[in-house]
Amino acid sequence: MSGFSLESLVIDAEAEVARITAAMRNQLRSDLRRRGLVLGLSGGIDSSVCAALAVKAVGPERVFGLFMPENDSDPESLALGRSVAETFGFAAEVEDIGPALAAMGCYDRRDTFIRTLVPDYGTDWSCKVVIADPLAGAGFAVSSLVVQAPTGETEKIRLTAEAYQGIIAATNMKQRTRKQMEYYHADRLNYAVIGTPNLLEYDQGFFVKNGDGAADLKPIAHLYKSQVYQLAAHLGVPENICVRPPTTDTWSMAQSQEEFYFSLPYDRMDLCLYGLNEGVPRDDVAAAAGLSLEQLDAVWADIARKRVATRYLSLPPLLVSAP
Amino acid sequence: MSDIKTTIRDFIIDNFLFGDTSQAIEDDTSLIDNGYVDSTGVLELVFHIEQSFGIKVADNEIVPANLDSVGAIAAYVENKQRSAAA
Repeated sequence: MSGFSLESLVIDAEAEVARITAAMRNQLRSDLRRRGLVLGLSGGIDSSVCAALAVKAVGPERVFGLFMPENDSDPESLALGRSVAETFGFAAEVEDIGPALAAMGCYDRRDTFIRTLVPDYGTDWSCKVVIADPLAGAGFAVSSLVVQAPTGETEKIRLTAEAYQGIIAATNMKQRTRKQMEYYHADRLNYAVIGTPNLLEYDQGFFVKNGDGAADLKPIAHLYKSQVYQLAAHLGVPENICVRPPTTDTWSMAQSQEEFYFSLPYDRMDLCLYGLNEGVPRDDVAAAAGLSLEQLDAVWADIARKRVATRYLSLPPLLVSAP
Repeated sequence: MSDIKTTIRDFIIDNFLFGDTSQAIEDDTSLIDNGYVDSTGVLELVFHIEQSFGIKVADNEIVPANLDSVGAIAAYVENKQRSAAA
């Protein structure tokens, strides 16, 4: 009987918070030479934990939060984000990026690509992009578009490469516009910008280059998602954020992260990734994650493929030779 | 069969390798394991196959057994064409 389970990912939250906040203070003072921290608040667990860590690190008076809703955002995200700022007592403002995105053609560009597949798609329709379930068979993780008409009728269509890339390119404007706004405030205040990926997102390239992937420091990029939840409980992140299922909040149709990117819900992905990284025997990981050995192999293959496919997201600009 | 393989091989070299013919793509060379094709590349490959050979690739046919090598793709296309003609 193996002892491998989510218990294996339990950390000493108090000690980890002390370690992270000490590192953040040191990075601000020695490397970044900035006077405080800016971050976007999505109402999700990662940005909420980062906000709490920022307050612990430098005090609430040196933390500035931004709520950046756009036309497809779930209104609940704004309410949850506000509750984080209120709970931890730091200043925060709403920057509605919807008009800027509309002016840049984000929504029109996305919809034009959608209409190459769904000619009737209108501004009163909604959509999301989903990946094939890698556990359903030995298939590729190809993406499909799901659209919903105002009548409530939904349709799922396999994407062409051109439409997929066009839709993603347009929606990536959202993350890049948010980062633009974060750096405006960071420059204004002489603060540094926090990036909020957890280890799962950082390892698997679940971020937009020069969008949410851009930051001066990433204080939870070494933590599995279930460890982020452990810190949330220790730090006193509002309960309704801790129980909210992770969402991309990027599409007008409700969408979970595993629909768009990951093979499994985060706790089982944590087990698979931890098992792979730490060399836990295959049988033990499969049993802990509730997978057959074949399914675990498919998840591990998917992890390896995503590492290769998204490696460029983390690369600095490439030079032919060192200057 | 050899015409199909040539068409597929030319597409892969042109589209994924910028015309670099120095890397041998044998009939059984894995396109995935060698990093030639990823999930977006598969969509391009499927589109090319549909356009070039006049077949419709079903979602459940987008699997490595059909698409992971020049030989597998050629066999898949031939099979689809035979089924359509029957």
